[in-house]
Amino acid sequence: MSFGKLPKFTFWRAVFLVILAAGFYSTLLRFTKGLGAATNLSDRFPWGLWIGFDVICGVGLAAGGFTLAAIVYVFHLRRFHPVLRPSILTAFLGYALVAVALLYDLGKPYNIWHPLIMWNPHSVMFEVAWCVMLYLTVLALEFSPVVFERFRMERPLRLLKVITIPLVIVGVLLSTLHQSSLGSLFLIVPSKLHPYWYSPLLPLFFFISAVGVGIAMVIFESNLSARAFGQEIEMPLLADLGKAMAVVLGVYGILRFQDLWSRGALANLRQPSKETLLFVLEIAVGLLVPLSILLVRRARESREGLFGAAVLVITGFLLNRLNVSITGLEYSAHAHYFPKWTEVAVTLSMVGTMFLCFAVAVRYLNVFEAD
Amino acid sequence: MSKAILIDTTRCIGCQRCVVACKLVNGLLTTSRSDFSSTDALRNLTPDIDLPMDEGGDEQLSAHALNVVQTHGNVFVRRFCMHCQDPTCVSVCPVGAFRKTPAGPVVYQEERCMGCRYCMMACPFGVPRYEWDKVLAPRVKKCTMCAHRQAKGLKPACTEVCPVQAGIFGEREDLLREAESRFAQEPGKYFRHIYGVEEAGGTSGLFLSAIPFDALGLPANLPHDALPTYTWHVLSEIPKLVTVGGALLGGIWWITKRREEVANAEKKDGDQP
Repeated sequence: MSFGKLPKFTFWRAVFLVILAAGFYSTLLRFTKGLGAATNLSDRFPWGLWIGFDVICGVGLAAGGFTLAAIVYVFHLRRFHPVLRPSILTAFLGYALVAVALLYDLGKPYNIWHPLIMWNPHSVMFEVAWCVMLYLTVLALEFSPVVFERFRMERPLRLLKVITIPLVIVGVLLSTLHQSSLGSLFLIVPSKLHPYWYSPLLPLFFFISAVGVGIAMVIFESNLSARAFGQEIEMPLLADLGKAMAVVLGVYGILRFQDLWSRGALANLRQPSKETLLFVLEIAVGLLVPLSILLVRRARESREGLFGAAVLVITGFLLNRLNVSITGLEYSAHAHYFPKWTEVAVTLSMVGTMFLCFAVAVRYLNVFEAD
Repeated sequence: MSKAILIDTTRCIGCQRCVVACKLVNGLLTTSRSDFSSTDALRNLTPDIDLPMDEGGDEQLSAHALNVVQTHGNVFVRRFCMHCQDPTCVSVCPVGAFRKTPAGPVVYQEERCMGCRYCMMACPFGVPRYEWDKVLAPRVKKCTMCAHRQAKGLKPACTEVCPVQAGIFGEREDLLREAESRFAQEPGKYFRHIYGVEEAGGTSGLFLSAIPFDALGLPANLPHDALPTYTWHVLSEIPKLVTVGGALLGGIWWITKRREEVANAEKKDGDQP
């Protein structure tokens, strides 16, 4: 990449700097005045944006890493190799975001290591904690060859090559556990979460939708990177991913509606409420519209159609996770939660930093070139 | 055997003495006195203390009010930790900071806590509260059924000071029998259900009322199963999922690899006639 292209991004750089400054102020506030001063969290609403978005959405958006690793290494669909590395990098950055967000959100962040020695296997959060730690390690190892290549370190490269397959399988297992356990977190609130979202199948729904959004993220990133770094887009490859995404969405839709119907939750549709609006929006944006686009061959194989479908799936996914973790709980908490600007600033700074890390990695490492 | 507290809302007169006593023994109200161990000491002290307006007025649980008296219509209802038989907070805490003691109280070890607040999220009764203003070491706060007093053979402070015996302390079994006998003695006075017998698997906070409990702000939609079974049912499948999943993925890897090798070999054969 030549530096001649940089001025094009100046506006965004200015925006990014403003966000970083706000994030810095918010960080100071959080660690000098406490959670009460830095957030709109309350006794009635103990989890907010940092958990609902940074952790629960962050993990989901990182799902492309294990999906692609499974496709390429376990199923030997090698033609998908070109998009593997960016997916692993995104996953690694996503999980790093989760870890950093936890340091902000935990009341006593210096005790974050406690799950290592204080075990409670009955706690879903305990499982989540272990999965984050282990999978972050796996992702670092899965991405490390790119770094070792850059510095021509042959020995670690050879070692990693030997353990690639076991590593990928462990990674897929950890992700399966972890993506689903984020849904299991909410199994324990049957009386609090709105019937549109509470289901005994939450772990399954979280897993399937994570696979779907993982694929959507790969399509989304490939497009963005192609635009930003002037690469060729691998349209036939991405269209195939689009087909796979349609299958995942279809399975998800059938299971979700079967579940809603059998629990009688669809009767709530007759009542106009905030929840009904959010539910309809989530289903339309994340499921019905993108699925319709993907089912039309010409739309699926066009860059705009596919990119649009991916963006819709990602948006619908975010809506779903925020509904489960925040808005779906408001009616029972008898409280309204809207994040304080400082919470938003911290989240945006972290997302911005993630984009920056991605761009830096792409510039200096061989991310888009398969070995 | 485990202890419990029975609250008869038809008796409560809303005098707030239990609120004052609770604050005194938990160090949430400053006084010159420091010894509340005898029943008389507590009884003599509580009527003399006027709660400051902001505190007397708190009808919501908070880090500074672990026991409150709420008004619902003309009924006074105490709210405090229900000390479930199979507590949700104990099950959800990733670091095991909560424990159900054999004596009945559910207690919290602040040194284990990392502040994830999943307990607050998960508690079906919405009881645990947080010290949002503390920077370094915020704690989860809730009623402990005066576990520290019970250890010394004393009763929970709130039940010591009640002038009308609206809250009584004893063995859970005995209190359930007592409740049934009240139903029998004054038929028609009570809504015939003991709240806490089976809610969320049963609790050690038991309530009696003349009217249905949802009118008193107590959650009425709770399942009768202990909530920890909902997550355990999934978590206990993990070892199976890991072994079966691992074998499955390994198998798929082997088969697809084999297929790839065969395809390559055939291609080679095709190239060399």
